[in-house]
Amino acid sequence: MDRKHLKYTLTWALLITMLFVLIELLTVFDIIGQYGITTIVLIGINLIAAVGLNLVIGMSGQFSLGHAGFMAIGAYATALMTTALPSIYGFILSLLVGGLISGLVALAVGIPTLRLRGDYLAIATLGVSEIIRIIIINMKITRGPAGIFGIPAFVNWQMVFVLSVIVIIIVVNFVRSTSGQAIIAVRDNDIAAESLGINTTKYKVMAFVAGAILAAIAGGLRASFIQSVSPQDYTFMQSITILIIVVLGGIGSISGTVVTAIILGVLDVILQNFGTLRMVIYALVLIIVMIFRPKGLLGTTEFSLQKLLFDSGGSHDHNDSKNARS
Amino acid sequence: MSNIIQQLINGIILGSVYALLALGYTMVYGIIKLINFAHGDVYMLGAYFGYFFIQVLHLNFFIALVLSMAVSALLGMLIEFVAYRPLRHSPRIAVLISALGVSFLLENGMSYFYGSDKKAFPQAIRTIQYHIGSLQISNIQLLIISTAITLMILLTIIVQKTKMGRAMRAVSADQEAAILMGIDVNRTISFTFAIGSALAAAGGVLIGLYYNNIDPLMGMTPGIKAFVAAVLGGIGLIPGAALGGWLIGILETMTQAIGLSDYKDAVVYAILIIILLFKPTGILGKNKREKV
Repeated sequence: MDRKHLKYTLTWALLITMLFVLIELLTVFDIIGQYGITTIVLIGINLIAAVGLNLVIGMSGQFSLGHAGFMAIGAYATALMTTALPSIYGFILSLLVGGLISGLVALAVGIPTLRLRGDYLAIATLGVSEIIRIIIINMKITRGPAGIFGIPAFVNWQMVFVLSVIVIIIVVNFVRSTSGQAIIAVRDNDIAAESLGINTTKYKVMAFVAGAILAAIAGGLRASFIQSVSPQDYTFMQSITILIIVVLGGIGSISGTVVTAIILGVLDVILQNFGTLRMVIYALVLIIVMIFRPKGLLGTTEFSLQKLLFDSGGSHDHNDSKNARS
Repeated sequence: MSNIIQQLINGIILGSVYALLALGYTMVYGIIKLINFAHGDVYMLGAYFGYFFIQVLHLNFFIALVLSMAVSALLGMLIEFVAYRPLRHSPRIAVLISALGVSFLLENGMSYFYGSDKKAFPQAIRTIQYHIGSLQISNIQLLIISTAITLMILLTIIVQKTKMGRAMRAVSADQEAAILMGIDVNRTISFTFAIGSALAAAGGVLIGLYYNNIDPLMGMTPGIKAFVAAVLGGIGLIPGAALGGWLIGILETMTQAIGLSDYKDAVVYAILIIILLFKPTGILGKNKREKV
């Protein structure tokens, strides 16, 4: 069993390293150009944010529309701190501080609001995110609607790649831990979970805070990468962009999120040539995918190497929760 | 003092439009539990239809209003048929994403075909200001509020007195039982979308006349605020939507009047969150106990 597990882990590690080397080669020989690298970085950043949101929506079943607000906190934390402290340590510190503030805000907001159900929670989180944005617009230190420019750049694609991998590993392991399983139990039936002695509010808040921290990290990375932040970047639309990645990939499927983040990133590049028609096509893709794959591209299933290569009859745990929210 | 009353009047006018929009949200939510994100864009299209009928076909304002309501009703039914009906038995979030898709499609489709810049809405009715003491109110403001109230009365009659209205109430109370009673659920849902879209279009045309300009993204913010209004009043309840719409309208103008106009949206959301925390089902909503 242990050897098999090692083999399985090593195969994943090998695949990830191969992907890394592949991108490295593509950039060294300048096949994808600066634009390609930008695309890869933005895919990675969206991925981190979307994995966080999937933890909230897919794993704990809480419908949040406020992801943009938490991303904004992270983005502004990085913008302000790295401008004052332009070094890589300042940058790392700013990611930590952004995550911390975002997590605290999520905690303060989550404890009362997570008692709300479904759509009420969605609208409450939307409200919180808009309030965060309006406060940012009206504060002096954040320079109002214009935002902050000339943020020192510390982000390269290698950093985003490694961070994305780390985030995915942490989240996948978290989901498989006792707390993660409790969160899934809350999603599947919170009354049943509660009657089994699971503190449902605690686990909902835990998922919400974790999601907010990941959103803040994604926001911080983005701020440093595009070297500017403005409140317009973090409107309701930003929450929707991340939500779409989660839902199209399959709510509750981390691998689905990864696949969709990549597909949508590439689709964005292809559609760039269409000008204004781009969003029209994007809208049609959304509607058509939902009509033909209402549970998302992968549903709640995870892509599993174990199943593909080493399967000798369901050995490992595999969450086959069928109907997430109906 | 008179300033406060003046702001109250302005708030009620703005609130009437939110109320018209909120009614559509609340009816659709009541019947299929969907936050219809495309609703604000139907309001935008309604305004564009009004623009077309008045500017291009030179019709009388009231004929244009009724015609754009009718066209929007058909559009609402079409949207439901194409984008929501195939997803009737899917997870709710899938329908929600489909609604977002429709919303993007309408906004960007309009930008693509008619340009994303603001268009001047024709002055079909000349503005006349009336002065009562120190207060002033224009004929257009009176038109907005009287149209809104007339439509609300009509809606109440439809929902309470007609066979279709009874079917709507039955489907929203218990869809399966309604099927067993021989109610055509698809037709009822279709009808609900038609009515909701017609009300939204009326709001759009009235706002076009009031603010004098329209653009493809004009439905976004009012759409969200109208949904907030519907939740505030108690979602699924028709009187709740009207109450919520007026409350949001008054709140907005009042925060502006006391000099917090930068924070007017924040105040609206903050009050919403506070109300949700103390009464999650909205002001008029009744608490339902969850059964295991």
